[in-house]
Amino acid sequence: MVELRRDSVNVKIKELNSDIAHFRDLSITIGAITKETWVEPMGPTPYPSLTTLRSWDLKLLERYKPFYLPFCDLCCMCTYGKCDLTGNKLGACGISMAAQQSRTVLLAACIGASTHTAHARDLLTHLIERYGEDHPINVGELNVDIEAPLTRLVCGIKPVNLGDFEEVLDYCEKQLTQLLSVTHTGQEGNNLDFESKVFHAGMIDHVGMEVADIAQISALGFPKSDPEASLADLGLGTVDIKKPVILVIGHNVPPATEIIDYLKTRDLMSEAEVTGICCTALDMTRYSAKAKIIGPISWQLRYVRSGVPDVIVIDEQCIRADILQEAQHIHAPLIATSGKNCCGLPDRTHDVPDEIVADFVSGKITGALILDPVKVGEVAVRTALAIAPKREKHKLLPTHDELIKLAKKCTGCVLCRRACPNDLPISYAVKAAAQGNISGLDELYDDCVGCGRCESACPQKIPVHSIIVAAAEKKTRDESYRIRTGRGAIQDIEIRKVGGPLVLGEIPGIVAFVGCANFPKGSREVAEMCMEFAKRRYIVCTSGCSAISAGMYRNEEGKTAYEIYPGSFEAGGIVNVGSCVSNAHISGAAIKIASIFARRPLRGNYEEIADYVYNRVGAVGVAWGAMSQKAASIAAGFWRLGIPVVVGPHGTKYRRMLLGRSDKEQDWYVYDARTGEKVYGGPVPEHLFFAAETKEEAMVMVAKLTMRPNDTSKGRAIKLTNYIDLHKRLIGGMPHDVHLLVRKQADIPLTMKEDIEKILKEMEWTEHEIPDPTLLSRMIRKSKEA
Amino acid sequence: MPLAESWQTAEIPGPKKASLIIKPDIADAIIRRAKRPIMIVGYGAVEYEVEGIKLIECLIELANKGKIPVVVTASTAREFLNRGFSPAALMPAVDIGNRLTDPAWKGLDGKESYDLAIFVGLPYSMEWTILSGLKHFAPYLKTMTLDCVYQPNASWSFPNSTIKDWAANLRGIVENLGD
Repeated sequence: MVELRRDSVNVKIKELNSDIAHFRDLSITIGAITKETWVEPMGPTPYPSLTTLRSWDLKLLERYKPFYLPFCDLCCMCTYGKCDLTGNKLGACGISMAAQQSRTVLLAACIGASTHTAHARDLLTHLIERYGEDHPINVGELNVDIEAPLTRLVCGIKPVNLGDFEEVLDYCEKQLTQLLSVTHTGQEGNNLDFESKVFHAGMIDHVGMEVADIAQISALGFPKSDPEASLADLGLGTVDIKKPVILVIGHNVPPATEIIDYLKTRDLMSEAEVTGICCTALDMTRYSAKAKIIGPISWQLRYVRSGVPDVIVIDEQCIRADILQEAQHIHAPLIATSGKNCCGLPDRTHDVPDEIVADFVSGKITGALILDPVKVGEVAVRTALAIAPKREKHKLLPTHDELIKLAKKCTGCVLCRRACPNDLPISYAVKAAAQGNISGLDELYDDCVGCGRCESACPQKIPVHSIIVAAAEKKTRDESYRIRTGRGAIQDIEIRKVGGPLVLGEIPGIVAFVGCANFPKGSREVAEMCMEFAKRRYIVCTSGCSAISAGMYRNEEGKTAYEIYPGSFEAGGIVNVGSCVSNAHISGAAIKIASIFARRPLRGNYEEIADYVYNRVGAVGVAWGAMSQKAASIAAGFWRLGIPVVVGPHGTKYRRMLLGRSDKEQDWYVYDARTGEKVYGGPVPEHLFFAAETKEEAMVMVAKLTMRPNDTSKGRAIKLTNYIDLHKRLIGGMPHDVHLLVRKQADIPLTMKEDIEKILKEMEWTEHEIPDPTLLSRMIRKSKEA
Repeated sequence: MPLAESWQTAEIPGPKKASLIIKPDIADAIIRRAKRPIMIVGYGAVEYEVEGIKLIECLIELANKGKIPVVVTASTAREFLNRGFSPAALMPAVDIGNRLTDPAWKGLDGKESYDLAIFVGLPYSMEWTILSGLKHFAPYLKTMTLDCVYQPNASWSFPNSTIKDWAANLRGIVENLGD
């Protein structure tokens, strides 16, 4: 029997008699059949299965034990249930509360990873159809040699052409099917095994994201690792509302690029505005910097209700489920373009554009499903041009007088506030508005996440969200910023330059602001955090909605973060890598530091590279407004690489944290690779998944989490300076754990010597050695026995 | 306003819900009965002011009279220090929550586990989830909240109250403890 698979060839012979020999139960595995252009020997774990990296995961989970935060006392996933899991009760299937929580986290991670992988599949299929499977991969011209660090690390292959990614996605899809099956009743029952699989889903997620972004960068001509990628307009105030306006929402960019192509080829770019929300907007500006980003995901309702968009085009992910109704309210046709989000619309994919446009303009239809990006480009543009004069920017926002009248309907039941995720004092503001004072509503606008739950909850049917946006009309008009378009990957040369200073700790760390916009106090906090860390000479990366939010704030000189700081991967840079799928370039950069700077073997060598990143690369992710399942899987991909993630207070709803215990000395021992001795490495990084209560707490924690056992004394002193300084300024006083973070006298920052030595004396501190740290016994260069 | 419904309407936990503190005597009795209480104060406590008196001042009085060690989270410490009160520890909310689920943890002073954790001032949903963690994974620990909203995952919680009623209840607790 010969078993042919993409990742290997297995030859199994039950019995063979020949002149030479007699074989029985012979099995030969040949490895992958690929167009081999990569001379690096294959590492130990190409195409890892569900359990290949389990021992690595369990090492991390031994140190960072889950702190479960159940969001429900029950399990309601099968017909035995609901099962009450309180008081150590088990469900009808025997599952415990701990396992049920991890199972739910795994479900979320599978949803997130499947979403990115399915996005990658659709994008790749489209781009191969359009450009051919032999279209070369090119993420950074000659500046990038390691084009796909995650693919190389996880799969052990070096992709050359778009077609090479097919087998990578085959692998991801297979793993995701296996992972999802684990959540079925009667499969895994151990919470830590569920957690290990969460990590696996996260790793797969990053591979899927890498494929998606590399494919679009290569085929669509996005900036190629360009630190000086163009600046694009950002904000509702940048839109010329006199023109026909097209709005695109979602993540899968081909329909948007076809809209731009249609406009360009007919010399119509100056006749219409192409605007976007969320990641499609980010990717659209990578295609043409003339496109405009309105804002992150939370801007959907406010922008649609402004009446500015004449046509709305949606693709996939993070689109409001009520977008069709919202579009209908402002008389804007809706075009759905993805089989994953059909909105109940008639399929007009095979109709001629003339008919579809005519039906939109006459009002015969209010929406259509068109699964052909080229046709979407034509229909969207022609419809917008034809319908704009008729619509006259029909908006849903009340005038000032209407607003006051609506506010007077309020009975003060407070259900709006009780529905608000951020517990905003909506009812006070509405009450004041009823008396003619709209300043309270205007203030709410800054902190509002735009979910609209307040008005769903209102028994008086007051359009609460609309009156908040209407009260802040001047603010919305002033939303005019500049954002650097997503540059994609990090250049190898940049890695070479910063690898040493990062690993030695002289650049205090990489801080990546990623994820959604469920912020506890608006976008401004993300921008402030970005600027503070850039000012302190960290390397700051941004992606997705956080990349957008980071640009929506001006300093005293009227400049945004992207106008002040360079876009290069260097100390003090703010690097917008791009959309959600561009997150792979951030984990990819950490991997490239291990590979390029430290020359660790990359190919199919996950554990060693993760061990390197965990112990040496001071990277931290911040998902301040993490909301989605994709954010969960993105975080999980960072965890498996040993990169901590900090989330905002809403992040506790992800059902568990992964927290270290700095007070347990025994948890923080590592191997010293030089001697094989197990030595105390200190509680760094202290946590793997941490929810901060406030921005201030998050910033202090980020500074602490960049510490690694490998830091040199000079590097640790720099990191301690930042940590202590931020602590003093934002929290107040000296941190209580300084004695746990100073290893040697030389670690003490000179400017803080007196204060620190006083604490060290009180705590009876003694010096300990700085190890060559590893969690892997196989990385010990000289065994104890030898 | 419904007294014993989750303040965030949709955040309904399940069958096990907090008992109501309908009068200050109940909270007073719970605190007196506890051998090792601890109080966790979040940043929200800094923001409340009732009739010219800051909530934090009431909490300091409560901690002093009840001899309750206080853990402050986020940037709450400064407000306590400015009033001449030294918190027992400064620790993120998830960190103290995590330690409280460890039956082997002997407290901030290393002597004995706590038997009552009093929470106040964390963001509603964050307090909700941390209290849920303690409800399920720290069966030896009772929890109480002093916020003006109902927290179903605590062992005991105030009902959803007006700020005025809530302030009166807190004053009542503090005054009773002084008896």
